[in-house]
Amino acid sequence: MGRKILFITTDQQRYDALGCNGGMIARTPTIDALSKHGITFDRAHPQNVVCMPSRSTMLTGQHVATHGVWMNGVPLPEDAPSIAADLRATGYATALIGKAHFEPLLDPFLRFTENRMGAHRSTNENPNDPHRGFDHMELATHGAAGALHYSQWIRDNHPEAVMNYYRVLDNELQVNAEGGGDTKAPQVHVNPIPTDWYHTEWVAQRTIAWLESLPADRDWFCWMSFPDPHHPWDPPASEMHRVRWQDLDLPENYIANSTTREAVLDDKLRHWRGWYDGTFVSNYEAPARWVPATLTQDQVREVNAYTHVENELIDEAIAKVMGAIESRGWGNDLDVLYTTDHGEFQGDFGLLFKGPYHVDSLMRLPLIWRPAPSANIAPARVSAPVGHVSLAATFAHIAGIAQPSYVEAPRLPMHQAEAEQLGHERVLTEWDSVLFGKIVHLRTICRDNWVCTAALDGTMSKAGEGELYDLTHDPLQHVNRWDDPSVRALREDLLADMWDNLPSQHLPLRSMDAPV
Amino acid sequence: MGTVRRFGFIDCDADTVWAFVGAPERLHEWFPITSCRVEGNKRWIVLAAGITFEEDIVTLDHDLRRFQYKIVNNPLITFHLGTVDVIPDGPNRCLLMYSTDMDPEVLALPIGGAAGVGIAKVKEMFDRK
Repeated sequence: MGRKILFITTDQQRYDALGCNGGMIARTPTIDALSKHGITFDRAHPQNVVCMPSRSTMLTGQHVATHGVWMNGVPLPEDAPSIAADLRATGYATALIGKAHFEPLLDPFLRFTENRMGAHRSTNENPNDPHRGFDHMELATHGAAGALHYSQWIRDNHPEAVMNYYRVLDNELQVNAEGGGDTKAPQVHVNPIPTDWYHTEWVAQRTIAWLESLPADRDWFCWMSFPDPHHPWDPPASEMHRVRWQDLDLPENYIANSTTREAVLDDKLRHWRGWYDGTFVSNYEAPARWVPATLTQDQVREVNAYTHVENELIDEAIAKVMGAIESRGWGNDLDVLYTTDHGEFQGDFGLLFKGPYHVDSLMRLPLIWRPAPSANIAPARVSAPVGHVSLAATFAHIAGIAQPSYVEAPRLPMHQAEAEQLGHERVLTEWDSVLFGKIVHLRTICRDNWVCTAALDGTMSKAGEGELYDLTHDPLQHVNRWDDPSVRALREDLLADMWDNLPSQHLPLRSMDAPV
Repeated sequence: MGTVRRFGFIDCDADTVWAFVGAPERLHEWFPITSCRVEGNKRWIVLAAGITFEEDIVTLDHDLRRFQYKIVNNPLITFHLGTVDVIPDGPNRCLLMYSTDMDPEVLALPIGGAAGVGIAKVKEMFDRK
């Protein structure tokens, strides 16, 4: 028998969501224990800050330029590389339970396998060559709408709860700007759904059911993917007592003085201020009709409270799955990897949601690797820059198979010194959006505790513009050093390094077949 | 308003391709839908998700090789115009182009995606090997 792999992802979760990373609000003892006994990465970035591109990187081990899923709504090709397929080929049982999102969710033609499997209540359309290498897929997204398995399950079993969820899209199919809760914050909603019916619990229970279906001597790879704490923020109302928004401080990077806040935004690439003022909506990752400048301090607090309730529920769901694994006798041979696909502003800079903003709010992510106890690997914290692009090689390493030729980064290191040996010097992030003529292209490198973002020609920026932040002396990234002559040589060195290491983008960009 | 355009060059003469894509009742043979029915200048198409669109055929111009239609009587869709053009590019090659303009704009994207699938299907059917 080999090592089993539980790959846990959340959606849109910040680095500081977790106690092990300094978070002070949500109680996350299960994840904190993984960190205590494992390797915790303090500078892990996604290769894109929205779901589909980021998740495609996790599966393929490739940068966005290579796998080609440059934005939500661009489907990952059916024949794209998949580490799950490689693990399956070596004898692993494979499953993905929860949010996949390698394919668009808005799919009235049912063109995409994920939606079709849900609509047909199938967990594997082709047992001999399963979709993306997963023997078993049971899928969910942020509520009860759509064709995926959770939506079918709740419609079948608890139809009265379907309308309890927030309506993610408005009457014009835009991301809904409607507010709720006490403060009418956008995408906040009081959801009377019982906790047992909520998608977090469903993901855990379906994971346990799949694990219990396996023979004791089978090796397995399970991607357990929670849709939370991504908006809408609508956890079960019965759980809201956990975190009272009235008790919360404002986030460290919420700039209370509007004049100062707007000066900080004006120092960045112009699309920041355009979005803040409601004059430039470049993508579907936030409500188009919500103007961030209207965000109040109490709304920030309430969004944070709802988010941290969701974080606690995730932690408790993981505990249940870990218990089930222990009861099967697999605990000593279990590797657990924990991360999320991208971050969330959660009030930083007076903003919510996400978009073409390459700062820690969206890029600095939780990433923990708790190796199997049987592997006798010492706990560590690693500050070297790493990315999701290293996950596929890490899974291969755990399974004892050769690093697949398609991956573009070495496996994750087990300690700081090994990070250097493996070549983890930099991490790269890309952004491309071309929504009905509103164009933003960004390329970012993080190296030596600097973050450098180059804009390419677009609607509001042109090549030659960018952002440069010193994470050591300006950890909140308020001061854009791009035009500072004293760091001009450093900027040019970072840019040269970025272009040397970023794969060439396949052009033309593949078509965007849905907004999300 | 959402506006999308998809196109493909097909190694086949324009008249042959138009004879196929210019037949509104044959849409289901190339577009990823479940079925379609035509009565006069009306067409109804059914999507795999079970949604039915009622459409008005606005233009069927065999000289111009242009087909235009509108989705109508849909509470969600406030504006729509779809256009299929077949344009000769020499005697044995043509351009098949599908354009959609609509509100709500987001729906233009999946329709554009479906059009891409449809154009690829026509290319597969008519490209001279």
